[in-house]
Amino acid sequence: MPRPMMAHAPAVWIRRTLAALLVALVVGAVLASALGTRRERADFVFTGGGEVRSLDPHAATGIPEGRVIRALFEGLVVRDPQTLAPTPGCAESWEISPDGRTYTFRLRADARWSNGEPVTAADFVWSWTRLLEPRTGAEYAAQLWCVEGAREFATGADSARDPTRLGLRALDERTLEVRLAEVQPRLLDVLCFYAFVPLHRASIEALQKRHPTRWSTLWTRPEHLVSNGAYYLAERRIHERIRLAKSPHYWDADGVAMRTVDVLALESWSSALNLYLSGEIDWVDGAIPANLVGQLTQREDFRATPYLGVYFYRVNTTRPPLDDVRVRQALSRALQRAEITNKVLKAGQMPSHSFTAWSRVGSYTAPAMAPADAVAAASLLAAAGFATPASKGVGKPFPKLELHFNSSETHRAIAEVVAHQWKRTLGLDAKLRNQEWKAFLSAQSSLDYDLSRSSWIADYADPGNFLEIWTSDSPNNRTGWKNARYDELIARARGTLNEVQRNALSREAEQILLSELPCIPIYSYVSQNLVNPRLGGFDDNALNEPSLARLYWRDGAELEAARKADTRGKKRAPAPGPNQGLRSPRVDALLYEASGGAQGRPLNEDER
Amino acid sequence: MLRFLARRAAWFALTTWVVITLAFVLLRAAPGGPFSNERKLHPSVEAALREQYHLDWPLWKQYLQTLGPLNLDERGWLGDGAEPFGGLLAGDFGPSMQHRDVSVNDVLASSLPISITLGSLALALALVLGLSAGVASAHSPGSKLDQLVRALATSGLVLPNFVLASLLVLVFAFWIPVLPVAGFGTPRHLVLPSIALALPFAAYIARLSRAGLLETLSKDYIRTARAKGASRARILWRHALRGALAPVVSYLGPAAAGVLTGSLVIERIFAIPGAGTHFIASALNRDYTLAMGVTVVYAVLVFGFNTLVDVAYTLLDPRLDLEQEA
Repeated sequence: MPRPMMAHAPAVWIRRTLAALLVALVVGAVLASALGTRRERADFVFTGGGEVRSLDPHAATGIPEGRVIRALFEGLVVRDPQTLAPTPGCAESWEISPDGRTYTFRLRADARWSNGEPVTAADFVWSWTRLLEPRTGAEYAAQLWCVEGAREFATGADSARDPTRLGLRALDERTLEVRLAEVQPRLLDVLCFYAFVPLHRASIEALQKRHPTRWSTLWTRPEHLVSNGAYYLAERRIHERIRLAKSPHYWDADGVAMRTVDVLALESWSSALNLYLSGEIDWVDGAIPANLVGQLTQREDFRATPYLGVYFYRVNTTRPPLDDVRVRQALSRALQRAEITNKVLKAGQMPSHSFTAWSRVGSYTAPAMAPADAVAAASLLAAAGFATPASKGVGKPFPKLELHFNSSETHRAIAEVVAHQWKRTLGLDAKLRNQEWKAFLSAQSSLDYDLSRSSWIADYADPGNFLEIWTSDSPNNRTGWKNARYDELIARARGTLNEVQRNALSREAEQILLSELPCIPIYSYVSQNLVNPRLGGFDDNALNEPSLARLYWRDGAELEAARKADTRGKKRAPAPGPNQGLRSPRVDALLYEASGGAQGRPLNEDER
Repeated sequence: MLRFLARRAAWFALTTWVVITLAFVLLRAAPGGPFSNERKLHPSVEAALREQYHLDWPLWKQYLQTLGPLNLDERGWLGDGAEPFGGLLAGDFGPSMQHRDVSVNDVLASSLPISITLGSLALALALVLGLSAGVASAHSPGSKLDQLVRALATSGLVLPNFVLASLLVLVFAFWIPVLPVAGFGTPRHLVLPSIALALPFAAYIARLSRAGLLETLSKDYIRTARAKGASRARILWRHALRGALAPVVSYLGPAAAGVLTGSLVIERIFAIPGAGTHFIASALNRDYTLAMGVTVVYAVLVFGFNTLVDVAYTLLDPRLDLEQEA
């Protein structure tokens, strides 16, 4: 009987091995996690969503990316965090020629890279040339096409590409001359954007030489990245955190209070909230899930501020019956937008009266579109030849419409309200159709929709930033709508230096847009921030771009004074210093995850 | 055994190839691409990006480039020869198309060890908890203890792990603030996620081992052992458990796969920088290279674990002969 005898040996062996393996696994796992760097909490910790996709200012395109890049680098001009007006950054002063075509920037004598070297005008020339180079693949390059020779450089043949013919010149170490081919009255606002910061040529070229294929993924690593902003990159762990440390060489280093800043990559809003409630994060930026809005908006540490973003439906103007402007007007006038902002969103968003968010940007005031009016809407539809609830069977039945949106609870809720209101006032049926993000975009681009949810967020406070997407040749139009007069007005506004005249041209263009309605604006955004009440220097602005370099921790007296001045009459939230933790669990908030939130609502979902 | 492993290796190669091919085709067939966004890129910029990532090549050439081991671009064996090898067969997953600062190898190298650490902890915990509960339960079937274990096991099975995770956070991070709510970096950060991940599996293992034990206990050799005067505990641990382990061990294969895929949710809730996040996000973002990398790695892990389980199975029950498998 050899078998049972044999059987015993492996049995003992395997039991011991398995047990040993199990112990080894657990010990190994614990050790592995303990080996992960133990770091002190940063002076300031925040999150604005998932992983920052790139720290290369030319490759990055998003809002979370911008926050980090603006902390690492400093362009010629920076936005004042309160007024958003361009103020001196790396450049201490500038001159603009009377014809608006030549800008001469004077760099600060004490502008330094994080390795101590001075920032020179040549650094800007080199960086902007890289930005314009098509191989860089920079989305924002086109914003610089107003520079002499830039358009040809970016779109011409490889052989004809000559950087010396660009209108960019370093007159000396500290003087940069920018010559424009086309007038750009908002050039300074454009230059505040993070794509136009300088890059450190020597360190990048050294890497290119050493790693000809891999340098592009290497130069933004902490050990290689040389930056010129208030902070330098101290650590980066993919999908976990970015640690910024105060740069001793920054010209205004004395004004920077937070020595270290951590940027956490958090995919789910509820983990961000949990971390905030337990005091591990000081600032969370992200659209709050509808079921928590009521609770959180009561707190003093919740801050909703008008934001330069607009939520709207694109209308496919190539498809009957939507090619009839009366139908589009009827659809728009049938909507009670306040029902959406008050009952669905509830965080302070404003019903749209125009396409420009909040109907005002800077000195520009937008025209108002025709107000909601059920009777007028129904008669517009009847005039287009369709049956309405009041027409008693006269007119064609309206074909079924499709409301197209990318999968998300909020977009669905809004679409449901819209469909319901159309049913109620116009008697027409709208079907909801949701698609996953990329499929959604692909359908929208190929005009495979009736009405499609969209949003637009401005890069800087200017009506052109909103209105330019509706020109005939804009890749962001995607409605099939073309209007020669509109195109002409926008082109003229772009080239007009006088602000009053420019606003008048923009207003006339927007008036056309609002009567033609290739888009149905729904509401203007608010930024939604949870901010530790003790945090000082956090400026609310329409781009939700507080300056990290200005943040500091307030002492008790200052906090009290600020609370007295705050007349919103909100519930006091605990205001711990850094590291102390808020410890104010709200059971219902935490159970949000259990109620289905776990499917993961990305932060900033509304901005998609 | 060697012949078994050789056959497995052949199957492994075939399966992986099928997975790669399917992933390649499905990713490319899905609408949209890595560079489509609400704000459309200028055509010249998009063309430059497509060229950079070889998306301008014909599909067959992209496929061969993905597969490797020869690098087909201008730096490859046909070009200047500086980097003759590339692609999956050369262990090079390529650059990520969404995370433009990193290569897929970088992403996997930083995230996979974390997921594996969490997964092993959870699996070990599931085994220890599940087996102990199963043995305790089978010790005296029908007792109060047995009923309690069975009730717990059932609730462990029906509660989705994100509910469990939220409850754990609520209790152990807020009501009794002893553990961190989320994050990664110290062993304490792993406690709640591994428990949340392990409990459903522990519950299933408890039921499996209880049923296995009860069945084994009715066997003749147990009666012999009992006749020899062995104690009930000794019979359970020394004699019956081995026979009852077989279903548990064979469950470990699917359990390992389940732990890997289940970790997506847990990693998200606890903000753990593991590979799970990329599993879904990369496909949604049409990050072709990253999605391919994660898919291949998961396929290899699941296949490898199943093979290990089969080997363990024969060691546990020598009557099984792997040579005759299939």
